[in-house]
Amino acid sequence: MSYRPNNSLSEEVLEHTKVNSAGCYQCGKCSAGCPLAEEMDYTSSMVMRMLQTEDKAIEKELLKSQSIWLCSSCEMCISRCPMSIDIPKVMDYLRQKSVKEGLQNKTADKNIVAFHRSFLDMIQLTGRSYEPGMIMDYKLRSKDFFQDLTMAPKMFSRGKLPIFPESVKNRKNIQDIFKKSKKESI
Amino acid sequence: MKKKLGFYPGCSLEGTSREYSESVISLAKRFDIELEAVPDWNCCGASSAHNLNKILSLALPARILAQAEKAGIKEILVPCAACSNRLITTQHELFEEPELKKEVEETTGMSLSAPIRILNVIQFIQEYIVPELPNKKVNAFDKKVACYYGCLLVRPHDILQFDRLEDPQSMDEIMKTSGAEPIDWPFKTECCGAGLSLSRSDLIGKLSGKIVNEATERGAEAIIVACPMCHANLDMRRPVINKYMGKKLNIPVLYITQVIGMVCGLSPKDTGIKRHLVKVNIN
Repeated sequence: MSYRPNNSLSEEVLEHTKVNSAGCYQCGKCSAGCPLAEEMDYTSSMVMRMLQTEDKAIEKELLKSQSIWLCSSCEMCISRCPMSIDIPKVMDYLRQKSVKEGLQNKTADKNIVAFHRSFLDMIQLTGRSYEPGMIMDYKLRSKDFFQDLTMAPKMFSRGKLPIFPESVKNRKNIQDIFKKSKKESI
Repeated sequence: MKKKLGFYPGCSLEGTSREYSESVISLAKRFDIELEAVPDWNCCGASSAHNLNKILSLALPARILAQAEKAGIKEILVPCAACSNRLITTQHELFEEPELKKEVEETTGMSLSAPIRILNVIQFIQEYIVPELPNKKVNAFDKKVACYYGCLLVRPHDILQFDRLEDPQSMDEIMKTSGAEPIDWPFKTECCGAGLSLSRSDLIGKLSGKIVNEATERGAEAIIVACPMCHANLDMRRPVINKYMGKKLNIPVLYITQVIGMVCGLSPKDTGIKRHLVKVNIN
């Protein structure tokens, strides 16, 4: 582990992503351009500011926020940032850290995080994403059984829902990748 | 002589966006280009892997790149904007950081010797289709179109070095060569809601709603896309879009490959336009 004088989250982010949140001077262009800003509890420039405080309570608040999950990684923020701060990369790290610490936002955990888990479970199983299987898995996790029910027949009749999943032949290789990644991740 | 190009379809093209795959493959055939799929390809991890696990988000694309390298592929077409973004970013990061590359190679059990050339669908059309287009063109697509690039086609700009970051022009130029009139509009690279489609479809209604409405208000007769995620949100999610906007928006959403296919005389079966949820009333 490298030397972290303040043992802060911003230093941890810097170490793992090489992104320096201290470079942010709060111009707010990222928040102004963010398509999801108005849904967020803390906008992207506020996230940068929260990291700069190096305050433990504020850092925890950030990891518990819904914002980090609402970010769709569209990269509008970094496109407009005068300091070229890779905010999507910071968001990735904050999401991973939040799950690792078990701090993920309760609302997001039931929908957005549940979706990511269902998606990755499907890939772990077959090596590819198979939408009908993933949707079933997601419905079980989110307990939202009725959403999109009317869409399925339309999609099916247009050949958009394959009946059987396509699988990677070397499934062991995929499972090894998942196993090793879980061990090596933060 | 027949040209040969590597091909990574990705999961969406095998499922919800079959018509994208059909139109890409038919178009390549029409232009005598052989597409060679990456043997035993896997999912790139899309928008989920990088949210939860950094190493996994690099290892999944790295396996695809390694499989391509093993098959002798030097240049590869990746039509899905999300997949191409993941593959390009991963390749860039791994060849920039030798230690990270080593760690990822240990995870996949496969090594990467040199970067390969990864083409998104626009680059593919610019290089392989447009020069030959005058010889194959049988129709003109004389419609007003809104070219919607989405977020990932032109980003991250530093790595991709492709088109302009905001107000890109490449699709607009291609559409002009097909006889269409691209409109000027401010939503070219606004996010459609992407991977929130299933978990927060209410937000898709809002984000994609603004895009579809703006294209309609400015007189476009079709929205042109180059990404299956964008297509799914603008086309399949039309009911939530209409609900959010409080009106019925009928504008069809076409893949750029479908439009060029139509211009070159490909049949509706070859371009897959009958698979859309919003009916395509264009001949």
